Amino acid sequence: MSGLAGKSVGELLLLYRDGAARPAEVVGDCLDAIDSRDRVAGAFLEVFRDEAMARAEELGKEDPGRLPLYGIPVAVKDNICTCGLPTTCGSKILGRYRPPYDATVVERLTAAGAIIIGKTNMDEFAMGSSNEYSAFGRVRNPWNEEYTPGGSSGGSAAAVAAGMVPAALGSDTGGSIRQPASFCGVTGLKGTYGRISRYGLVAFASSFDQIGPIANDAEGCALLMQALAGPDGRDSTAIEEDCPDLLSGLDAGLADLSFGIPEELGSWDLDPAVASALDEASRAVAAAGVAPETVPLPGMEISIACYYVIANAEASSNLARFDGVRYGMRENTGSLGSLYALTRTAGFGEEVKRRILLGTYVLSAGYYDAYYSKALSVREMIRKAYGAVFSRIDLLMLPVTPGQAFLLGEKLDDPVSMYLSDIFTTPANIAGLPAISIPAGLSADGLPVGVQLVAAAGREDVLLRGARGLEKLFRFRERSVPGGGDA
Amino acid sequence: MAGGAGYVTVIGLEVHAQLLTRTKMFCRCPAAFGEEPNTMVCPVCLGLPGALPSVNREAVSMAVRLGLALGCVIERESAFARKNYFYPDAPRNYQISMYDRPLCTGGSLVFEDEGTEVNVRLERIHLEDDAGKLLHGRGGHSLIDFNRCGVPLAEIVTRPEIHSPRQASLFLRRLRQMLRYLEICDGNLEEGSMRVDVNVSLRRTGDDALGTRTEIKNLNSFKAVEAGLEVEIKRQRDELESGGTIVQVTSLWDAREKKLVTMRSKERAHDYRYFPEPDLPLLIIGEGWIEEERAKIPELPLDRERRFRREYGLPAYDAGVLTAESDIADYYEETANLTGEPKTSANWVMRDVLRELKSTGGDIGGFPAGPAALAGLIDLVKGGVVSNSAGADVFAAMIESGESAADAVKRLGLECISEVNELEEIVDRVLESKPDEVERYHRGKKQLMKFFVGQVMKESGGKADPLIVSGILRRKLGE
Repeated sequence: MSGLAGKSVGELLLLYRDGAARPAEVVGDCLDAIDSRDRVAGAFLEVFRDEAMARAEELGKEDPGRLPLYGIPVAVKDNICTCGLPTTCGSKILGRYRPPYDATVVERLTAAGAIIIGKTNMDEFAMGSSNEYSAFGRVRNPWNEEYTPGGSSGGSAAAVAAGMVPAALGSDTGGSIRQPASFCGVTGLKGTYGRISRYGLVAFASSFDQIGPIANDAEGCALLMQALAGPDGRDSTAIEEDCPDLLSGLDAGLADLSFGIPEELGSWDLDPAVASALDEASRAVAAAGVAPETVPLPGMEISIACYYVIANAEASSNLARFDGVRYGMRENTGSLGSLYALTRTAGFGEEVKRRILLGTYVLSAGYYDAYYSKALSVREMIRKAYGAVFSRIDLLMLPVTPGQAFLLGEKLDDPVSMYLSDIFTTPANIAGLPAISIPAGLSADGLPVGVQLVAAAGREDVLLRGARGLEKLFRFRERSVPGGGDA
Repeated sequence: MAGGAGYVTVIGLEVHAQLLTRTKMFCRCPAAFGEEPNTMVCPVCLGLPGALPSVNREAVSMAVRLGLALGCVIERESAFARKNYFYPDAPRNYQISMYDRPLCTGGSLVFEDEGTEVNVRLERIHLEDDAGKLLHGRGGHSLIDFNRCGVPLAEIVTRPEIHSPRQASLFLRRLRQMLRYLEICDGNLEEGSMRVDVNVSLRRTGDDALGTRTEIKNLNSFKAVEAGLEVEIKRQRDELESGGTIVQVTSLWDAREKKLVTMRSKERAHDYRYFPEPDLPLLIIGEGWIEEERAKIPELPLDRERRFRREYGLPAYDAGVLTAESDIADYYEETANLTGEPKTSANWVMRDVLRELKSTGGDIGGFPAGPAALAGLIDLVKGGVVSNSAGADVFAAMIESGESAADAVKRLGLECISEVNELEEIVDRVLESKPDEVERYHRGKKQLMKFFVGQVMKESGGKADPLIVSGILRRKLGE
């Protein structure tokens, strides 16, 4: 993985600045890496070979210092609209759909000098935690082909982990960036709700969805986030204030940061590797300054229920537009009703149908109060609990998932167990808080496990500084590479 | 009441008013009509995957103005909600509307029903977006035009406080007038820029509980509202009187056949699964915004009508006619102020101006004779320069050529002959040429006075004042 494609974003920018690499070389290297590794990995649904090379040649004529993401190849999750280029959301129902416009994040990446290299595989409509619910084939974990890369941004995490691309965009509704980042040993960031415009992100659950970067390190995430974040008139839920400076304080260290660990963690059956990663992080923080304090975080056990009620309710409405009338797949029949029914029956996968049914149910007359209204109350309660926590500490430290990556097929027939693996990630979505997953170490099976940090709303700067500090202590990237054990 | 003996009719209205904003409710596409199908569209109003709505402030401003004009409470925080249903004219398969937190609540509308003032209270006013248009039967296909999709609508919902079809129609006329005064909707029922759904039920006199209500849609004129309600009320009354029960149904009014066609019954009613629109934050309206809109509200129809009666001494009928449209009222008022003759001005506007507008189908904005021109004519008539009868010809000439009253009079040579000497000469000439008639007059055939006046008028080319002429004639004939 020592090729240019496996470099971090920061490393590439330095090479460009020193004139030691050209965008076309880097893109060429990425394309080679994809050619040699993606046949097995299945991370990409589409590679924009010619477009990426043309863009790289064009950038070659420009001054590398002028653009913050100059010549950085980025893979984009396939639920983010790319004008005139396939955007399938991993679903048959969108087939070869090509949107007539670019998502705001695609515009911003391009404006910052990045090169969109292709679209990555995902669980259909971002519903899933293993990438096995893609209509276009599963993705394999670069650390061990028998395991899932996690999901739903499994393709993006695997593409970065396998050294096919230095950075990728994912989307995180209940952990879909952080969990695959953790399973694949890379860094994944979800910003404060509204930090990055959702315009052009095909909605799963609008009040939770956030686009975010996946990269080799916290600096890569910071560089991408800085370019992507900021107000957007086309998304009314985007934060109107500018994003804080994420880069200048990145290396300020852990010394004056206060950490908390949820009291309730003790009642969870954590994989030994996850527990020891957390212990290691805890000791490192203590060594650097103040030992993490234990903070009460009520409601964690009901966050999963709250999340799945609201997310599925929103999804049932968001996915109503896929009906075969205007675009995508159509099962032609005599009547309108059967056109809807047959198109959606054939076009959606089982998990998507399950969630549409659940979401429709919780919004139905007679059930709304028992489920949806109650979930909104729980959401308020969780928000308040987090607000109280962040009046005491700067960063909350917790696992990303209770265990390491699961085997392909392991949880496919057990949706509830799959849902429960989101227990530590959904609260940040429910409360709209920024959170990051950083690789901490390897399990006994040689699979990566991560640690999650959560910060107060709007404090991505604090979050990334903490992540950078821990990353330096873990030295994960120097110690381990996929498929090769210790470096 | 129209419910007949033993029943009280209870009607509630839901009116959709298409707002005259420049752009659509949730995107920046022009809210334009009559364009080629599917040319006024973008990813947002087409509901394409990933596109997001953003609220059109102009539409909110208009709805706030309407709310203020109708005495509603403008809610400082209101919320958009999704109304979920599958239909091809709604490309997201949900409409963005408002549900449990509407923009305006309360309020009322006052109108007159046979001299009695009726006050109907409102439930709410909220904003939502319009659907596209389906065109059926083109080569066996149905086509969709999304140009209208996303155009802002204000939905005005009354309480069930209207008690006859005539009242329903009067309410709607008054509401339409309000919308037009506020310049937020052109109120065209035929073309659908104002759409009316009615709910109606019968309540046994003395009973408190409301009866089961039915809904009627597709009422494309005030007449249709009245006719549709009459038919439905009769149907309900017959049903109840024969011991039956009313089933909750929605019907469409067939204006050609003058009958109701049942659309769906309650068992098939939609569960719209409303929930808060997660793509839009709460709509927050500050005091400043409200005051800004309040300042834009013109004098409203009822106030203006009352002022016309008070200030200009106009009869109720005149005041009503002249204030029906604000631009006519403006025209009248300017004319009356220029002439200082409010009643005469009212007669001219109601008789000549409105008749002309009606026959040409034009509007007052493009009328060739403005208030100053009409006032000029009224002054000439009042000053005796032009006779009242010649005035109509002058007016016709003015709107044809666009010239001033004075120029038209001069060109047509219609000045009154007010010089008595000149008139006396004409009278002498006429009497000399009609010796037989003079003879018969003197013998007692006094009706011949009319004949002499007519002869003098003819001789003068219509420029003489008939009153003066008959005075001279009486003197000459030795009365």
